[in-house]
Amino acid sequence: MSAGLRTEELKKVYRSAPPMAAQQGFMFGASRGGRPEKKDVEVVALAGLTFEVQPGEILGLLGPNGAGKSTTVGILTTRIRPTGGRAWVGGRDVWRETVAVKHLFGVVPQRPNLDFALTAREILTFHGAYFGLPARESQQRAAELLERFQLAERADQMVRGFSGGMMQRLSIARALMHDPAVLFLDEPTVGLDPQTRLVVWDLIREFNRRGKTILLTTHNMDEADALCQRIAIIDHGRMIACDSPAALKASVPGGWLIRLRFSHSTPELAERLRAIDGIREVRPSGDGAVDLYADRGGALIPAVVGAASTAGAEIHDVHLSEPSLENLFLLHTGRGLRE
Amino acid sequence: MNGKTFFALLSRDAHVARRNILPVLVQNLIQPMMFVFVFGRIMTGSGLLPVAYKNMLLPGIMAITMVISGAQGVAMPLIAEFQFTKEIEDRLLSPIHISWIAIEKIAAGMIQALAAGLVVIPAGWLLIGSGLDLSGARPLVLVSVLLLVAMLASASGLVLGCMIGQTQIGMMFTLVLGPMIFFGCAYYPWSTLARFPILQKAVLVNPLVYASEGFRAALVPSIPHMALPAVLTALVLFDAALVWLGIFSFDRKAVG
Repeated sequence: MSAGLRTEELKKVYRSAPPMAAQQGFMFGASRGGRPEKKDVEVVALAGLTFEVQPGEILGLLGPNGAGKSTTVGILTTRIRPTGGRAWVGGRDVWRETVAVKHLFGVVPQRPNLDFALTAREILTFHGAYFGLPARESQQRAAELLERFQLAERADQMVRGFSGGMMQRLSIARALMHDPAVLFLDEPTVGLDPQTRLVVWDLIREFNRRGKTILLTTHNMDEADALCQRIAIIDHGRMIACDSPAALKASVPGGWLIRLRFSHSTPELAERLRAIDGIREVRPSGDGAVDLYADRGGALIPAVVGAASTAGAEIHDVHLSEPSLENLFLLHTGRGLRE
Repeated sequence: MNGKTFFALLSRDAHVARRNILPVLVQNLIQPMMFVFVFGRIMTGSGLLPVAYKNMLLPGIMAITMVISGAQGVAMPLIAEFQFTKEIEDRLLSPIHISWIAIEKIAAGMIQALAAGLVVIPAGWLLIGSGLDLSGARPLVLVSVLLLVAMLASASGLVLGCMIGQTQIGMMFTLVLGPMIFFGCAYYPWSTLARFPILQKAVLVNPLVYASEGFRAALVPSIPHMALPAVLTALVLFDAALVWLGIFSFDRKAVG
């Protein structure tokens, strides 16, 4: 069975600090009346987000901390009530058919939220029981998953002493216990070592090959690039761009980004830079900083140095960045994903 | 409601309770049992208190034990699970309406309170020694009071668990459970407060009063106690209010 996802004009405004499920997913918006009292703080997490994930697709929600990624997952998984807009999983309205929708998906949270009162095996079998799996089937599936996720040796230990990687693998195993049609992965590889990260990526790809839909949030461009068929870039709770990784990268003028900082930036300097063959766009961003979008990288530097000395400006800093989603994000927002 | 999910949630709580049975028993029973021994045996044995006090005391201790173990049994894990570790999340995502998860918590707490309450009778018997004279003549009254008090305990636990943060647990004992126990007519029948008329009226807001008086009415009807219909009505009203408030605050706490 496969199911898609859809949101329409999703809005979420927190009147107080966002719940833990959505922490790292907010920004401070306008404060009513400007008084410094706590209750007057309004936090706009989502400002009308519309997107669709086709059945069987891996869509990545890419954005910096505070973009609204976790809030989006929270709303789609019945854990955060939206202030406005609607959301559907498998054609069912998340907030009208909550119980039916819960059957359709599994969630891997940003931070493992395993039941510390249980052993690894019990975490899986009780999860199966919550979803109505017969005891025998539940036991069998748990044993298979523990084996596949390399947790069999410690299956009957309490999970409190597990490493971060083990907890994350167990979280994924738990989400797969009831064989959901849709999987939500909220920053699934944050804090994992590179080796475990590759294991998790393989598991995600394998799950997807069985026709399952995946919504993945990440602020790691490599991850989005490696796993997703389409990427939705969001910032401040709004959609900035949504397309395949290749198409998104191709949409950056020239693809390459040359970030420069001069002693001072003048209109004449910008003019001279724009005239260089291969430079597609020149964007001064204040305080002597200029971003050049170009179809080449290092090969253009001599010409840039020439243009600077003709205009009487001294170069203080040069940063070259090859075609990437980071460049795309910068093009649309004027700031980097990690800033 | 989804029966399979509800039962699975309940069996998870039962499983965890069984695993922790020893620490839970020690935590809930040691203090009331010491009280029973000191006041029911030492004080009465040495003549400082009349022997009849034994019969007055045990129903009150039963009420305290049930309320404390039921309330703590629900509130403490809930406070922890809603905090940093978010352990409850997997259950909140199970295919059942959130309110039913709150009701499951109440059911699990009731079982715990009933078990603790029923242990008090034989344990008290052993510790108090001769002179204890409990009546088994009103089994229906006893069962009703047991169930109503169990629900009272468990629903209060749900309310406290949803309203109190980890840092306020100490305050909960000092400001809520402490006064509740001392002014809950557990150590003295309500009628003995006749000399303190203001206090006698004031303690009526304390649901433990009706629990203690209810057990006196059920187990030692010969001791003066509040009228049974009044006790049962008060317990039903407290239960209804706390169950409603518990489910309401659980829903609010669970969904962001």
